[in-house]
Amino acid sequence: MELLDIRNLSAGVEGKPILKNLSLSLKAGEVHAIMGPNGGGKSTLAQILAGRSDYVVTAGSVLFLGADLLAMKPEERARAGVFLAFQYPVEIPGVNSTYFLRAALNECRKARGHAELAPVEFLKLVKERSKILELDPDLLNRPVNVGFSGGEKKRNEIFQMAVLEPKLAILDETDSGLDIDALKTVASGVNKLRRPDNATLVITHYQRLLDYIVPDFVHVLVDGRIVKSGGKELAFSLEERGYDWLLEEPAEASVGP
Amino acid sequence: MTSTLDQSKEQAPPRASWPAPPASNGDGSQTHTALSMADALAALAKGGPDPGPAWLQQRRLAAITHAATLGFPTTQDEEWRFTRITPILHLPLHPAKAPARRLTPEEIAPFTFGLDSHRLVFVDGHFCAELSSLPAHGGDLQAGSLRAALAGGAPELERHLTRCASDQVNAFTALNTAFFQDGAFVCAGAGKVIAQPVHLLFLASAGEAGATAHVRNLILAGPGSEMKVLETYASLSDAQHFTNAVTELVLGAQASLDHCKIQEEGARACHVAAIHAQQGKSSRWTSHSISTGAHLARNQIQTLFQAEGGHCVLNGLYLARGEQRVDHHTVVDHAQPHCESHEFYHGVLSGRAHGVFNGKIFVRQDAQKTNAKQTNRNLLLSDEAVIDTKPQLEIFADDVKCTHGATVGQMDEEALFYLRSRGLGLERARQIMIRAFASDVVERIPLQPVRAHLNHMLTERFKDKE
Repeated sequence: MELLDIRNLSAGVEGKPILKNLSLSLKAGEVHAIMGPNGGGKSTLAQILAGRSDYVVTAGSVLFLGADLLAMKPEERARAGVFLAFQYPVEIPGVNSTYFLRAALNECRKARGHAELAPVEFLKLVKERSKILELDPDLLNRPVNVGFSGGEKKRNEIFQMAVLEPKLAILDETDSGLDIDALKTVASGVNKLRRPDNATLVITHYQRLLDYIVPDFVHVLVDGRIVKSGGKELAFSLEERGYDWLLEEPAEASVGP
Repeated sequence: MTSTLDQSKEQAPPRASWPAPPASNGDGSQTHTALSMADALAALAKGGPDPGPAWLQQRRLAAITHAATLGFPTTQDEEWRFTRITPILHLPLHPAKAPARRLTPEEIAPFTFGLDSHRLVFVDGHFCAELSSLPAHGGDLQAGSLRAALAGGAPELERHLTRCASDQVNAFTALNTAFFQDGAFVCAGAGKVIAQPVHLLFLASAGEAGATAHVRNLILAGPGSEMKVLETYASLSDAQHFTNAVTELVLGAQASLDHCKIQEEGARACHVAAIHAQQGKSSRWTSHSISTGAHLARNQIQTLFQAEGGHCVLNGLYLARGEQRVDHHTVVDHAQPHCESHEFYHGVLSGRAHGVFNGKIFVRQDAQKTNAKQTNRNLLLSDEAVIDTKPQLEIFADDVKCTHGATVGQMDEEALFYLRSRGLGLERARQIMIRAFASDVVERIPLQPVRAHLNHMLTERFKDKE
């Protein structure tokens, strides 16, 4: 069974179509990258998969492990194993990072039939996972994302992912705003979390991130459609040639080899 | 001129000049008997307080005249436009008697928050020495009942008492001056740093409707002194009692005073309070006003910069639900140059609750280089909850920085989505956000046990629904 199966998805906002008949499927164990110019619909796709209600789906379906993802609330998706690393993580003054993450983890564990983690066990887990991301543990005593630098926010997203252990991780422009060292740390974190039973969807504008998180498949999203899919070498041609040459070619029907 | 209160009543202006009772059904019929100022003056004077020394007797007499002239405020009065005091006027107001039995330390323990402090406990407005722990006599800190201080002839009293809070503006303040029974007198000596906070605890135990405690506090922070004062109000019963409190604060030059007032009275109580500060040169005053209780609560909080270089912070949090009414009127009077004020009020309203925030900032003509900031943010959790928020800046100087902003809104949708995207249910995410919004103000209180108490209250009030 596909982990994620997007079929002929069309969606938009306030009557303006953004995604147009988009199809894409991911199997467990795979890393897919979605590249493309700004305004092509990359982030919209990520937001729709996470359950943002601002977008209206006008046609198509999304199955996650065989279940109708679009019928699920954002929290139900999270508990089922969907995780979005936000392009712009939200600052939430007054909400302690550790409290929030423990509450979130326990909600997910309950939904997955596991017992809640006691504070001591949770702190152990946090310590272990924050090391992978080289995240300053002191940040976790602060309110969620408040006073974090841009890089710390992105790292914190992947740290949350490491704690919540999703089946499908969607990284929305996680590389933007990261210097090369931070990029390497974040990428190595993502790689360490790869398992045969989970999959990663990497959304990025630049090929740079894909040097460190090596994708099995690369898709190019332009004007709401996937216009080309290929292996990791496609990323290199995009880096060299840009996106314009793809616009003249007809859209490919294939959804990955 | 006679000097006892009973006789003074006769000297009040004739009844015809007093305002008519405000409550009627529109067709002229009256279902409740609403109190007129004349009734109030007569009722409260009966079994009234010990009038105190001669100078105070004179001030009390003048206050009675002011009260009678002012009458009870109505919504025609700009300062009371959004708050009807009808619930108070429907109470059979009478001075609260001394409590019939002594409370035990166990009974008051929940109201002390485990705070290590000097403590003055008042029950129904009457000082309870056996529940209080006062600082040693003759030390850096003087603290005790105002009545005892008056009897002892403390010289600061004549100079400061009734001098910060005007009896000519607010009828409730005038009534307080006329009839206050007791309250706290706290004085930090010049240059003294008072390590332990001073807790003034006011409990209402009376079961009778209309039992009224006119509480009067005078807090003097000597030049260069540092002190923290906590003033809390709570009810032991569900009675319709009435608290009418006035606290006057005088800060000497370079004094630093943190004053935290917490009002958690019973759901049927009425609470009117005024806090008036006068700030000397380069003094620092921080005020926190947390209002969660009472059916009707009105807080008047004012400061006057009497000299240059003063600094004040006014923090506030009001929570109201059901039919609660909560009103904060603040005034910062930048009468002198180079002063700075920061105001930060948050409100959370649900049910059919009605909140009022009115923030007045005066910048007088000579008050150049003033820096004044004001924010009032409100969360409305139901369609029927109402907030009237009004910033009021009156600026007569030209070289000043003044900013104000008020928001009325629902929850931050971005933040809610973020929390939900990690697995928290909508209801739980909402509760977490409300608590965060409220605790933003709580976290500014310097006393940890007080913060813990309030955060616990917030957790209980906005419980996680999983």
